[in-house]
Amino acid sequence: MADPLLRVQNLVRRFGGIVATDNVSLDVAQGELHAIIGPNGAGKTTLISQLTGHLTPHSGSVSLAGRDITHLAAYRRCALGLARSFQITSLLRDFTAADNVALAAQAHDGHSFRFFANARKESGLRQKATAALGRVGLADRADVLVSRLSHGEQRELELAVALATRPQLLLLDEPMAGLGVTESARMVKLLGELRKEVTIVLVEHDMEAVFALADRITVLVYGRVIASGMPSEIRQNEEVKRAYLGDQHVVVRHD
Amino acid sequence: MKPPLDVRTAVTVLLIAGLLLLPVYSALSGNVFALTLFTRIVILALAAVSLNLIMGYGGMMSFGHAAYLGIGGYAVGILAQEGVGSGFVQFPVALAVSALFALVIGALSLRTRGVYFIMITLAFAQMAYYVASGLARYGGDDGLTIYKRSDFSGLINLSNRVQFYYLCLACLLGVILLIWRIVNSRFGLVVQGLRSNEQRMQAIGFPVKRYKLVCFIIAGTMCGLAGALLANNTDFVSPAVMYWTRSGDLMVMVILGGMGSLFGPVIGAVVYLVLEELLSQITEYWAIIMGPLLLLIVLFGRGGIMGLLGRFSRG
Amino acid sequence: MLLLIEQILNGLQFGLLLFLLAAGLTLVFGIMDLVNLAHGSLYMMGAYFAATFVAWTGSFVLGAVLALGATLLLGIVLEFTALRHLYGRDHLDHVLATFGLILFFNEAVRLIWGPAGLALPLPAWLTVPVQILPGIFYPAYRLAIIVVALAVALLLYLGVMRTRIGMLIRAGASNREMIGALGINIKLLYTLVFGLGAALAGLAGLMQAPILTVQIGMGENILILAFVIIVIGGIGSIRGAFVAAILVGLIDTLGRAFLPNLLRQVLSGAAASTAAPAISSMLIYLLMAIVLVLRPEGLFPAGRR
Repeated sequence: MADPLLRVQNLVRRFGGIVATDNVSLDVAQGELHAIIGPNGAGKTTLISQLTGHLTPHSGSVSLAGRDITHLAAYRRCALGLARSFQITSLLRDFTAADNVALAAQAHDGHSFRFFANARKESGLRQKATAALGRVGLADRADVLVSRLSHGEQRELELAVALATRPQLLLLDEPMAGLGVTESARMVKLLGELRKEVTIVLVEHDMEAVFALADRITVLVYGRVIASGMPSEIRQNEEVKRAYLGDQHVVVRHD
Repeated sequence: MKPPLDVRTAVTVLLIAGLLLLPVYSALSGNVFALTLFTRIVILALAAVSLNLIMGYGGMMSFGHAAYLGIGGYAVGILAQEGVGSGFVQFPVALAVSALFALVIGALSLRTRGVYFIMITLAFAQMAYYVASGLARYGGDDGLTIYKRSDFSGLINLSNRVQFYYLCLACLLGVILLIWRIVNSRFGLVVQGLRSNEQRMQAIGFPVKRYKLVCFIIAGTMCGLAGALLANNTDFVSPAVMYWTRSGDLMVMVILGGMGSLFGPVIGAVVYLVLEELLSQITEYWAIIMGPLLLLIVLFGRGGIMGLLGRFSRG
Repeated sequence: MLLLIEQILNGLQFGLLLFLLAAGLTLVFGIMDLVNLAHGSLYMMGAYFAATFVAWTGSFVLGAVLALGATLLLGIVLEFTALRHLYGRDHLDHVLATFGLILFFNEAVRLIWGPAGLALPLPAWLTVPVQILPGIFYPAYRLAIIVVALAVALLLYLGVMRTRIGMLIRAGASNREMIGALGINIKLLYTLVFGLGAALAGLAGLMQAPILTVQIGMGENILILAFVIIVIGGIGSIRGAFVAAILVGLIDTLGRAFLPNLLRQVLSGAAASTAAPAISSMLIYLLMAIVLVLRPEGLFPAGRR
């Protein structure tokens, strides 16, 4: 393929005796929606953390748009266009939804060593916040404290916060976690629209969503990549089926 | 729509009014002791307010904040000893040295977090204590007497109790005003965000350490101001003002008053010190009551006094 | 040379005593996640109990044993009535609450025993100098401290590493929820651990009593050293506390003994004698700062936090 936006090569990460990431390599092309799936404990979040800079790999490399970011600090990667949402909702609970998004916009709007002017009144930041909230359908919940939002709304807010940083690459860690049927459908629709604007790496358990959205899928089991390719290939892959045997989300779909 | 005057605001307004009118009461009743007591309370409230900036808003639990009281105080004391009596030199030096100290300590301590951070700030304060104890020229363990208060050549006379009190009060209110602007500014929002969820702030692109350090320096400088005022108040400075239990006192005032609120630390300082004074008049063994009292407050009073008051207004 | 050996032994003795204090602190912190500033007060109570019981019974050993029991009991009562309500709360709440306890204990002691300190004289058989190497004599009591402390350290090691209870303790240090799920009586375990910590602190206090004066506030001065030690050693790690305590004991003692002379080589006499005590006191904090800067989790971090 043409130069991939994200290139992961031979990534290894250990925790004591356990190899959480075992020689993982994958490529994500610009504009693609690439899903990473695998049974629980496969090391998906560990992988994402190494991509975002919250964890350092023991060997291997990660490059974004051709630039090696393997040892770059998390906040720097964000400046380069990498944004993430968290599997366990990680928002600023004492702030409102708008505050959360505006802060993300603020991080990319020059420095924040301004001590006197009231930041909540900065129209530029507030407009960006409103726009991002509108994108995910939370415009009318802008001034609600995060602790008062429903779980589904919080997941959507995670997305809005990530969007406010104008990313090139969006890493979503189980955005559908804990969502009900209607909310999931909403999220799938939303992701379907977002994929046209930004490259997405999606870690998910919800197989229907994955197969509805993904351009390509990588399957992770015990930290190793056992398959990577188009959804149709993955569906027929024997190893993948075996890995999921007993799991609720069996990789069989009848159109 | 909230009722126009809730309990917290009412108490705060009453407190400020009380502090403003105290010298009047003191003059009318002839109770000079109240004036000197409250001068000390106002100064320590200033120190507590500065600690609240990093603890309450920034989530950095520093157990070495009393060090800046000592640094500010020694700046004034040492300069006075060496013949530099002008307040216009002493005070800026006190602020500058405090800022420098905070820069160094912060840069090293902020590499850690949680209880390790508490311990390392504690250690640095103890180091300051020992350095001061070793300064034989400036009194060492016995402390340094300041024979003349800072001279502001006609602008204000620090030896006049009333003028000095109002200077301290002005500093306290000025610092609170400053903090109010800061916490709502871009910088302040970042600092509060760090307290709430540091990982998230990193993920959205903030170089977290930088902001923590600047916040730390600001707080240290403000406390240095309190130190300079304290040295003038007692006409004396000694290493004891930096001993770690004094940092504990400051923390208690902040937690007692309610962290993360603008006036909480002031209330905490007033309550803690007035209680200390009252109880010690009732019994020589006041600490026996104070101790368990603190324990009870922790167990049952979430959010300190401001938190309690907030619950009253919500009904 | 003689002086060096003597000072090394002194440093070892001091370090072992600090280990006893730090071990209790790190256990309580590692397992119950409780920051206990009043640990120093338990140390102080051990000393006061010892001075009192030895005077009553006339026997040093009996008095010491009684004091140990009393401190253990005190610790258990303290945990049961007050401290168990703090588990799971913010560390700041711990700081505030146990700070209050320090005030309480200091005043209670003043009420009961008066503001002046107490003395704990040694029986004759413990003041005899013992010949440990040809030509080298060392006070019997200090030797006794070393022996007792080492024995306790060994017992602790065996207890934590080889017994079922020890296994629960170690498991608790890495995963609190898990031992609850195993159906173990957590409350009892915690109370026992706290009691153990209190006993260790009391032991350190009563052993130190004849050497230093028994006075109000003795706990605060040494508590901070104990905190420095567990930070250097790694919170929750007994092994770490042991290594760090010996290190701290040696550095502090040797520093105080030899630094003034060393400094005198470089500085003038007056400057050296003022700088020396200040620098020797600072050495330990300097060590902690260095360790924290290089390895923020301490030398032997125990499992996960």
